[in-house]
Amino acid sequence: MDGTNAALQQRPPLIAPVALVTVVPDVKDNRPVNLDIGSMRLPITAWASITHRASGVFLFAAMAFLIWALDMSLRSPESFAALQDILTSPVARLILLVIMAALIYHSLAGVRHLVMDFGIGESLEGGTFSARLVIVLSIVLTLLAGLWIW
Amino acid sequence: MDMVTAVTSLGRNGLADWLIQRVTGVILLAYFLFIAWAIAGGVDYPSWKALFEQTWVKVFSLMALLSLAAHAWIGLWAVLTDYLTERLMGSTGNFLRITSQLVIALGIFIYVVLGVQILWGY
Ligand code: HEM
Ligand code: HEM
Repeated sequence: MDGTNAALQQRPPLIAPVALVTVVPDVKDNRPVNLDIGSMRLPITAWASITHRASGVFLFAAMAFLIWALDMSLRSPESFAALQDILTSPVARLILLVIMAALIYHSLAGVRHLVMDFGIGESLEGGTFSARLVIVLSIVLTLLAGLWIW
Repeated sequence: MDMVTAVTSLGRNGLADWLIQRVTGVILLAYFLFIAWAIAGGVDYPSWKALFEQTWVKVFSLMALLSLAAHAWIGLWAVLTDYLTERLMGSTGNFLRITSQLVIALGIFIYVVLGVQILWGY
């Protein structure tokens, strides 16, 4: 008991004098910015969520490429051969790989949503674990797809 | 949810949209896995063409196409109503959001028409 009291008495006063001489912020420059994303450290679950959104928006645009490729592949033997030819170029393969990466990530994160909708893994630890799992699995599958394309 | 926002939501309410988003997501995933599996063995034109001549593949493809339409509409609606809003930018927000939705609707329409033409046209 005595020890505790002694410790308490050694504590600095609540209003430390030092606080008075620390920087008085310039109000104009230092006002907090609402949702300044750049200054925030987001948890992995937030990154997983933002990436799911970004990949979804990207995929909508990317469907134009896939529908064009489907058209080329079915129109005629000549266009099929032309498509095969185009897909040998590194640029076209890179585009295809980026689309597959987005598709793989968005799908795995989508399945994660479904699993959580069934009430599985909704805890903080469960959500963090599955977010990590989705990211790691996406990287592995994308690497495999890259190996296949090349 | 204000009226302009509500009226552009596909299922007219959040629960319907939530369910449609999930069902269409699963259909799309099944279709992409099917396509990946079909390509994985290696294809030439005759076998690829023969695959798409089967009725069930055409129907499956059409299902995926319509799922894409609904899934993209609901998904992009969720994105637009988060960022392009009256709360964040006043009436400009409403204008930009409705304009974006018109462009998206046009894009989806073109995807569906092209897809149907590819599936039944050749
Ligand atoms: C519409 C969807 C898709 C298209 C058009 C597509 C297209 C392709 C193409 C053109 C290749 C290379 C074929 C070759 O050069 O021989 C490939 C490889 C590959 N793709 Fe996809 N893909 C799609 C979806 C997916 C999905 C959903 C996954 C995974 C979940 C996936 C995983 C892979 C893998 C792992 C490889 C390499 C496979 C191997 O080594 O045998 N793809 N894909
Ligand atoms: C290839 C075409 C696809 C496109 C263009 C697309 C697009 C989108 C977009 C824009 C969103 C909204 C994201 C947000 O609100 O943050 C979304 C959400 C979602 N997507 Fe996809 N997606 C596609 C494929 C898939 C697939 C294959 C799955 C597999 C399961 C899937 C599952 C989901 C789920 C579950 C959501 C809802 C997430 C939530 O409620 O926040 N999607 N998608």
